[in-house]
Amino acid sequence: MDRIPILKLGGVLIVTIQVDMHDRLALALEEDLTAMIVRTGARGVLIEISALEIVDSFIGRMLVSIAAVSRVLDAETVVAGMRPAVAITLVELGLELTGIKTALNVERGMALVQAGLSEEDDGHGSDRGRYED
Amino acid sequence: MAVTRTETLPIRTGDDVVRVRQRVRALAVEIGLGLVDQTKIVTAASELARNTLDYGGGGDVMAEIVQAGARLGLRLTFDDQGPGIADIEQAMTDHYTSGGGLGLGLGGAKRLSNEFHIASMPGKGTRVTIARWK
Repeated sequence: MDRIPILKLGGVLIVTIQVDMHDRLALALEEDLTAMIVRTGARGVLIEISALEIVDSFIGRMLVSIAAVSRVLDAETVVAGMRPAVAITLVELGLELTGIKTALNVERGMALVQAGLSEEDDGHGSDRGRYED
Repeated sequence: MAVTRTETLPIRTGDDVVRVRQRVRALAVEIGLGLVDQTKIVTAASELARNTLDYGGGGDVMAEIVQAGARLGLRLTFDDQGPGIADIEQAMTDHYTSGGGLGLGLGGAKRLSNEFHIASMPGKGTRVTIARWK
């Protein structure tokens, strides 16, 4: 079965979705990401979707679910690179990407993830930082 | 209004939903819809194809290129022989779902289309027709 590759860069897991998502692929990605967060201790997940021609409620639900599970496992999710036509359609569809941070492109997305990480490094940037001290 | 071409695609598996999206995209490009309109009709088709699969137990979609005067349009009719919808008004409400979905499928598909029509008979099945005009 096809799987979407997950790269690790520092404490961040990076996924680029470049294929038309079908059910099994979406479920496999969620499982793989979850396992890899636990295995690597990653604190951030960056999902790059500039190749996605549509985001319907199924894919939207997958992204929301990945973000929710990641957060429970102490990692923040950023979705980067949504096409303008996809963004317009998503709003009209009525889909809210609850709990997901978004960035215009992968570069800004990476900056956003890393800003979250360094905030925690100095020990007073977030709740998570405080509890860890 | 004249129908210039018709084709029918099965919706039996998740892969079929992907194929429906790809075919609808190709037809939308063919009639010259702009990128945003293409994205809207493909997204609406994806929602309705998934409904056909998940709630209707599978079915098919008839895709038609239609013409009214000089205007071209793409009309999609999703058919299933599933349990049907007892309360269509309720089913059209955002965030109402009888299954595990987000409940945006029908209302969302309506907002993304220029025309929307739904007919359902409990025990017989559901037919949803949408159209997007150039």
